[in-house]
Amino acid sequence: MSVKSAFHFMSLFSDTKAILGGFRITLSHMLRKPVTIQYPEQKRTPSPRFRARIVLTRDPDGDERCVACYLCSAACPVDCISMQSAEREDGRRYAEWFRINFSRCIFCGLCAEACPTMAIQMTPDYEICKRDIMDLVYEKEDLLIDGCGKDDSYNFYKHAGIGVTQPRGAGLEESKPVDVRTLMP
Amino acid sequence: MTAFYLDIALFAAKLGLVFFVILTLAAYLVFAERKILAWVQDRKGPNRVGPFGLLQPLADLIKLLTKEDFVPAAADKWLFYLAPAMAAIPAILIFAVIPFGAPLTIAGRQLPLVVADLNVGLLFFLALSSIAVYGVAIGGWASNSKYSLLGGIRGLAQLISYELSMGLSLVPIVMLARSFSLTDIVEAQATVPFIVYQPLAFIIFLISITAECKRIPFDLPEAEGELVAGFHSEYSGMRFGLFFVGEYINIIVLGGLATTFFLGGWHGPLLPPVVWFSLKTLAFAFFFIWMRGTLPRLRYDQLMHLGWKVLTPLALVNILVTGWWLVLIR
Repeated sequence: MSVKSAFHFMSLFSDTKAILGGFRITLSHMLRKPVTIQYPEQKRTPSPRFRARIVLTRDPDGDERCVACYLCSAACPVDCISMQSAEREDGRRYAEWFRINFSRCIFCGLCAEACPTMAIQMTPDYEICKRDIMDLVYEKEDLLIDGCGKDDSYNFYKHAGIGVTQPRGAGLEESKPVDVRTLMP
Repeated sequence: MTAFYLDIALFAAKLGLVFFVILTLAAYLVFAERKILAWVQDRKGPNRVGPFGLLQPLADLIKLLTKEDFVPAAADKWLFYLAPAMAAIPAILIFAVIPFGAPLTIAGRQLPLVVADLNVGLLFFLALSSIAVYGVAIGGWASNSKYSLLGGIRGLAQLISYELSMGLSLVPIVMLARSFSLTDIVEAQATVPFIVYQPLAFIIFLISITAECKRIPFDLPEAEGELVAGFHSEYSGMRFGLFFVGEYINIIVLGGLATTFFLGGWHGPLLPPVVWFSLKTLAFAFFFIWMRGTLPRLRYDQLMHLGWKVLTPLALVNILVTGWWLVLIR
């Protein structure tokens, strides 16, 4: 037997071994428990940071957080958010109407990142299929929830919004306004 | 005269039973394949229709029957209609010569559990398996599509190369049993199955029948990665279903033949003969499915290399060695 044919014989041996090894692996997988999650009956619990249906939250006092600043609609890459801003008598801004078209939404979460008041938030509720595409256009009353969502102690007007809900200097990180006339040398 | 009618009735009953069992088995083999492949891939497989998905073949049948029967423009209509039947019918016909149990005695007369005990049964099988290729080739040609044509041509080339080694691997069996009749071949294995004397012929035959029923790793005529679906790309509805059922009948029949030639047919201890035959045949079917879940498809030149340069010479050498051995032990 020449060197070359001896080499061929060895490769035959190792090839056969490799093929049989493949058969062994598939057999072992056959006896393993399937990893399938059978969706409608079994549901995976998504993480709290899962990005699905968008909601509008309220601050701890129960007022709408949204100040209709348009930052979310500006950040939205598919332009699915639209609104009309308005102002209450006490000077607090709110959205007259607020509309998210979920048939366009790509659930990128940029609106929630852009929001300065933590009003617009992503939730893990991913089951929002509808028979009629117009049902996927959510109005403000569909979007607004009663709770605070993820940052449950945050209240925008306690930190900013000078003189709207409280007098100047009453905010959390604010000091009392200084009477400049007392700053005499 | 009544004896004549009784014979006819018994024969018809046997025929109907065989036909029914083969077709049902083929349908459930599709289901079994989907299940086992799913398990190999850590999935669950079809489990929605009926308990454990057991009614899935029925649902598939209804779906296929109610689908549009589409014929491509400029297709050769008659050949296009003919090809699926050419693929499925020879596969069923081969089963006619396979003995699937010990002869029964009913009402004082012997009833051999084989549809037709031809004295050239083995040649009948080889001839019919050659005819089955025409279904592939004609289907590929009549579709008027380049992918179908390529699939059909591949099928032809593949079957020519593997039929040779398949036939040659069976010659030692005929030498040992001294008969072409499958009933005699099974009788000759009453004590020792031929796989003990002929392990090499068994391996060659196993590889050849895998190529014969066009299954992975020899599914080049279909090769969904390259040829869409090969020779049946253009087929839809029940015509496609006929190709599909033909493939699975082929698995059962070729498994049954491998059982008959090498594993001693229906011979076996304790269990009734029919059960032994079914068990061995289904073991082959399982092996084919297992192989599909394991091996990748061969390249075209590798296939030709294996067929012409490895299997055929090996089968010839095996015949020579068997001949010498038979002369020596005489």
